[in-house]
Amino acid sequence: MTETDTIDAVLDRHRRDGTRLVQILREIQEQLNWLSPATLTRVAEGIGWPRAMVSGTASFYSFFHTRPRGKYCVLWSDNITDRMLGNAELMDAMCKKLWLEPGRVSEDGLVSVNTTSCTGMCDQGPALLVNYRAVTGMTTARLGEMVGLIREQKPVAEWPAEWFKVEDNVRRAGILLGGDFVPGSALKAALSRATAYATEASNFRSVKESLPAGMAGPLTMLDEMGKSRLRGRGGAGFSTRMKWEACRNAPLKAGHTRIVVCNADEGEPGTFKDRVLLTSHADLVAEGMTVAAYAIGATRGFIYLRGEYRYLLEPLEHALARRREAGLLGRSILGTQGFDFDIEIHLGAGAYVCGEESALIESLEGKPGRPRIRPPFPVTNGYLDQPTVVNNVETFASAALVALHGGEWFAAHGTEKSSGSKILSVSGDCERPGLYEYPFGVTVRQVLEDCGATDTQAVQISGPSGICVAAEEFGRRIAFEDLATAGAFMVFDESRDMFGVARNFAHFFAHESCGFCTPCRVGTTLVRNLMDKIARGHGSPYDINELFKLHRVMQGASHCGLGNSACNPVFDTLNKFRPAYERRLKSLDYEPAFDLDAALSQARQMTGRDDAAAHLTNEAEA
Amino acid sequence: MTTDLTFQLDGEDIAFTPGQTIMQAAKAAGVYIPHLCWHPDFPAHGSCKLCTVKANGRFGSGCTMEAQAGMVVENRTAELDDKRRTLLQMFFVEGNHFCPSCEKSGDCTLQATAYELKMMSPHFDMFYPDRPVDASHPDVLLDFNRCIMCSLCVTASRDVDKKNVFAMGGRGILGRRIHINSESGKLADTDFALTDRAAGICPVGVILPKRKGFAVPIGERRYDKAPINEQVKEPLKEATP
Amino acid sequence: MNAPMNTAPVAAKKLKVATTSLAGCFGCHMSFLDIDERILKLLELVEFDRSPLTDIKHCGPCDLGLIEGGLCNAENVHVLREFRKNCKILVAVGACAINGGLPAQRNHLDLRDVLEEVYQTEYLLGRAGIPNDPELPLPLDKVHPIHEVVKVDYFLPGCPPPADAFWKLLTDLLAGRTPTLGHGLLHYD
Repeated sequence: MTETDTIDAVLDRHRRDGTRLVQILREIQEQLNWLSPATLTRVAEGIGWPRAMVSGTASFYSFFHTRPRGKYCVLWSDNITDRMLGNAELMDAMCKKLWLEPGRVSEDGLVSVNTTSCTGMCDQGPALLVNYRAVTGMTTARLGEMVGLIREQKPVAEWPAEWFKVEDNVRRAGILLGGDFVPGSALKAALSRATAYATEASNFRSVKESLPAGMAGPLTMLDEMGKSRLRGRGGAGFSTRMKWEACRNAPLKAGHTRIVVCNADEGEPGTFKDRVLLTSHADLVAEGMTVAAYAIGATRGFIYLRGEYRYLLEPLEHALARRREAGLLGRSILGTQGFDFDIEIHLGAGAYVCGEESALIESLEGKPGRPRIRPPFPVTNGYLDQPTVVNNVETFASAALVALHGGEWFAAHGTEKSSGSKILSVSGDCERPGLYEYPFGVTVRQVLEDCGATDTQAVQISGPSGICVAAEEFGRRIAFEDLATAGAFMVFDESRDMFGVARNFAHFFAHESCGFCTPCRVGTTLVRNLMDKIARGHGSPYDINELFKLHRVMQGASHCGLGNSACNPVFDTLNKFRPAYERRLKSLDYEPAFDLDAALSQARQMTGRDDAAAHLTNEAEA
Repeated sequence: MTTDLTFQLDGEDIAFTPGQTIMQAAKAAGVYIPHLCWHPDFPAHGSCKLCTVKANGRFGSGCTMEAQAGMVVENRTAELDDKRRTLLQMFFVEGNHFCPSCEKSGDCTLQATAYELKMMSPHFDMFYPDRPVDASHPDVLLDFNRCIMCSLCVTASRDVDKKNVFAMGGRGILGRRIHINSESGKLADTDFALTDRAAGICPVGVILPKRKGFAVPIGERRYDKAPINEQVKEPLKEATP
Repeated sequence: MNAPMNTAPVAAKKLKVATTSLAGCFGCHMSFLDIDERILKLLELVEFDRSPLTDIKHCGPCDLGLIEGGLCNAENVHVLREFRKNCKILVAVGACAINGGLPAQRNHLDLRDVLEEVYQTEYLLGRAGIPNDPELPLPLDKVHPIHEVVKVDYFLPGCPPPADAFWKLLTDLLAGRTPTLGHGLLHYD
């Protein structure tokens, strides 16, 4: 098959539909290794889009290669938890063995080695991706073998299967992880709450006539959602019932439908609960989506799965196929006329910002994942301008339980303002990293005790964009009214350097900023540069003041949550662990932005000079 | 439409019609809100964030926020102008803005806005990026060293010229840039023409007509004559062939 | 730290002013001299220390230092530090001092390539080789504005700043006012 045939086959499979561009590019790259200029031209012609838009999308996502990449592309997950497990030393050793500079493709085009943002394997790191397949638990021994296989050019598919093994590591199960869910049971419960006639009529009318009010079946479900007091699990904690109701009530234009999107772009470093839900509880999630579709009158659904979880694509496709066979997806679900709903899976391609719901929708439409101007919100103008509900994986799983057991049952768990349970992804300095599901309201101290953490200095709750909690705050509770979280719980013991933690996060945000708005695009880079300057031992109190100043500007002026929260880890650690910064400062005065003596090194080399005048001291001279 | 709808902008009553943004209403009233990526003829882009105002105590972009009756909006306060100055300094360090060599100097919105906000220095450490210059087109030069990512050329080429010569692509400080609609990436290989609306829309000195440089003497250029805040009602002068 | 607190009225003593040009073209100094006859009035209020106008080679304790030009080589760094050490107030004057200016246009090139092109490849100087006399200051790999190496108190933009802007800055500083530049005086070209 020629390259052109390969491209055309992929285009045809996607009906030459431009909104599927991210999927088209990924599938072509999986076969052709990279996206050459000619490939992009052919794709643009195929989908009838301007070529500049196609290259604009291709160049947005970290996992797309618009320049030739190595036959083996190794990307080390670079979350702070991977760092703590020694990934930097391992990657360094790998580069040395392969005679490589990080980020460069080897001369023979065989291999490249680089870092990538957290791959969601924090409880079983150091982790990496090889040709976008997840590998866990790297060791020196494994590294040696891997280098050998790369040199032999052994196809990744033939590598030892245990390297690709991903554990669930469920340490404490609650209503979500511990339930024995029977596929279809939640939907049946939802349908049975209203009379059969009312159910059928309501669905039929809400879909066909887009009439939102007075519908018995779906409204009964919405009532249950109201009683459950379920709030979004992605971190923001918006009322799920209100979101669904707003979507249901949004006017529908001709030819439009309502859309249900499952946000499985679990990009927040330190979070990996959605991976386990999709691995071992896929039916619960899909059923929750179907319940949502029933309640709001949606006919189309998407799971937006982060590219790092590419290995879950086929198992999820199978799970959806089983549901179709069982009459739980497709036309007339469970024999209910007018209840039509199906789900397709879209893979992301390495862009944290796509976890923001409007950026995710842009990506679903084949575009760069840039957060939209809001309002309008997705509930009224979402995917292809249609009313769209975007919820987190865990939210849908919870919604299935609400449908199954009723809202009051659900609300009996957790606290007044935070009903239900929360799955925490625990990693870092503890004996038993993994998933811990608690009713809302559990204290940080309790979690630390359960996971076997000792001498804990700090916990980063909800990832870099969340909050850094110091020891005196360990009595605080995991709940929307206290410590709201999307799930990450990274533990740092007394031996850890909290400045290093914040610096790792600063690098993360600078890498993941989409670049749309000025404060985030430039600000995240300025913050990273200042943190690097302090790390090199060239900082001064002036630089710390600059960090505070950037925090103020970025927080007020950024376009989306990424920029608004990008300085949180720096701000928190500056307030709670300031000595970690201060002991690195060079002077109390003002320090140059760059290493002056190093700035003369090229000239020294070119002239062969090494006399006193060929050097500059970095501290102010006498 | 009734005109008794008003909101307060720095203590002054501003009339608006329903659906108008704070920026649109202010412009109609002749009141200057600093901005770079907003253009009255096009939908708001909302990327530069220079028009950040405080509406009922909350920060937001004046170009995207709809005016509401009775809203209290702060605009030219010391706090907001400080933020804006910092944003301008971010522009000046992320690109290569060497005004003395730029044909747009004196007519440049970025420069005029920096004068208005009394930006005395770039303050931060300079990035000095290595960005390309595209001189392939017979009539137009592209110097991306000065690009502020406002996307006005993208919008004008798409919506007015119907050509889609430009698209914004890439990610972050290193990646984000204008993509040209040709496989070579060269402007000469597109159907771009000097008569396009997109040819004259650039608020800075990226898209420049060839053989026309420095035609107006210093002292007579647009922002030599009056500061930008006194030209709110002036029609925007676009470079035309 | 350089002079004891002076409780006498400011005007009673002449201010000491030093000026220099680093990687600049002296255009800012030329523009400064365009204040014309006002320089006589200025001399009633200030006396010059190190400056191209006095030919004094090293800067003593001063009230005010005006720096034209950016940092292109090691000597520029030494001179700038001498000024910062001795001047209570340091002003970056002109585009080069503030953002690197014209010399910084080499920053997208590798210094190695620049030196090779000029001293080894280029037709006229090509045979001379790269000079390595210890008397010559070594070039920095990039040109930098001065605020990247020392703290700068005020900035006077322009290429060059107009004479009236110099005058405004100096009269403001002499009168103890924070310098400001209005429309027409503040420009970057």
